[in-house]
Order: sequence, then C-alpha cells, then structure tokens
Amino acid sequence: MNIWIAIGVTVLGCYAVKLAGLLVPAGALERPLVRRLAALLPVALLAALTAQQTFSDGQVLVLDARAAGVAAAAVALILRAPFLLVVAAAVGVTAGVRALGG
Amino acid sequence: MTSAGSGLTLLQTCVLSLLVFTGASQFALVGALAAGGGPFTAAAGALFLGVRNAFYGLRLSQLLALPRAVRPFAAQWVIDETAAVSLAQPTRRSARIGFVVTGLSLYLLWNLTTLLGALGAEAIGDTDAWGLDAAGPAVFLALLAPMLRTGTERTVAGLAVLLGLGLLPVLPAGVPVLVAALAAPAVLWARGRRSASRGDVPEEDR
Repeated sequence: MNIWIAIGVTVLGCYAVKLAGLLVPAGALERPLVRRLAALLPVALLAALTAQQTFSDGQVLVLDARAAGVAAAAVALILRAPFLLVVAAAVGVTAGVRALGG
Repeated sequence: MTSAGSGLTLLQTCVLSLLVFTGASQFALVGALAAGGGPFTAAAGALFLGVRNAFYGLRLSQLLALPRAVRPFAAQWVIDETAAVSLAQPTRRSARIGFVVTGLSLYLLWNLTTLLGALGAEAIGDTDAWGLDAAGPAVFLALLAPMLRTGTERTVAGLAVLLGLGLLPVLPAGVPVLVAALAAPAVLWARGRRSASRGDVPEEDR
C-alpha cells in the first residue's frame, strides 16, 4: 500500500511540475533577462546530467569505460558526425574498453 | 528492470512508467523505496528530480506556442529529451515536429522496455557489457553541443559540470543537478556586472 501512495504522489507531483512550466504566461517571458535565463537553464541542466551520467555510480564518482565512450562521442561531435554515429561511437568504445578489462 | 528487482510488482512498475514518465524520478522513487524510505520521503526525492521539467516547460511553451487546450496533454512529454531536441530546432515548425516525434517514440519505447525489463530482467542480459549505459550521456552531449555557441553558454556548462559532480557525493540524489542549474543565473549576473562596470553593451543585447 505504501508503494502505491508513493507512486500516486510522484505521478501527480511530476505532472503538476511539467504543466506549471508550460502554463506560465508568455508575457512573463518577454523580458530579455528572463529569456536569457530560460535559454541558459537547459544548458546548465544538460551539462550537469551529462557529467553525472558519465562519471558517477550512484553517489560515488568513478572513472570507467563510460568516460572513454563519451570522449569518443565528443570527438565524433567535433568532426560533425551525424547523431546516430555519435551515440554508436560512445556505445562501441565503452563496450570495447570494457571488453579489454577497463 | 531496476524496480522489478527492488520489490515492486509488475503492475506497479508499469503504472509508474506510464504515468510519471521521467526516468530520473522513477529511478529515484524506486531507489528510495528499496533503501527503506517512507512513501513521502521517496516521493519528495522523485519530485526534486522532476522540478527541472518545469524549466524546460518555460522554454518550450514560448518556442512551441501551444494552444491552451493542448498544454495539459503536451505537459506529460516535457522531459530532458523532448526539450533538448525541440530547442535544437531552427524553426517553430520543426521544433513542434521534433517535440511530437521525440515524445511519442520515447513514450512508446520507454514503456515497452519497462514492461520487457520487468518481465524478464535476466533474459536481456547485462546491458552494461554492451556499453549501452554510455548511450544516455552521449545523447545528452550531442544535444548540448549545438547550444554551446558563445562563451556565456560554455561558462555556464563548465560551471554546471563542476557543481553537478562536486556536489554529487555530499547531497541527496537529484539535488546536485538542481544546484548546478544555478550556474545559469550566476554566470548571467557575473557577466552583467562586468559589462556594467566597463560601461559597454552586454553581449546578449547586441
């Protein structure tokens, strides 16, 4: 039962948060500072998420095969490789380094 | 997959995936429940992780210019991936298409894999051995790269990485990402001060 309560609260809460962002009146976004900030927030969030998913295992910082894979993705991006190739490079290099015992 | 392994039933796992549809929050909820946390503590952690979707919504509502009646339905698909894909599009039309295509395909794929994963986690085998855990950050990186056009964006990204990683071991799961988001206002404020003291036009107004 406890699990259902937790699921219910999470479902409603997560939906409300998503909807709130969409319903903020457009007028509030017209000010240049707000617009700049709204453009920069995804940059900060994506950068932090990328770093965490690369270098963490739970709450511990680790350096493993994923770092090599994401580095390969970065190189592919600099070479302007298509999206799927970038992801494939990351997956392939990670698997390769792991197979070699990294 | 993870949740099936931590005491949730198949039904509970699928309901969670269908109705929450924010991977990080789902993992946080399941993780907290597995660690013996109470339902409200667990839900609070999951909500913390979901807060960033509100920031995406701020950007998307402006970009997509959705009719008011559509917003409650679109809201469910406001997540990392749809926001990133839509924001990377050059026009409103392609942004809308990007949002719908990404939202629909991810929603189907995510819930299908949840079902499959919950049904037979062992049958799929060790996904890590295939390097699939690197796909997530690689996708984020690919979406982030086109946003890093000026020094301001690069500074924000660099500061966010430092905050996100530096605080990871010391703060509860989900909180470091939120603190990292503060890199955006912090850099804006610092830039504003510097250009004000020099007396020239801020970069963003040129």
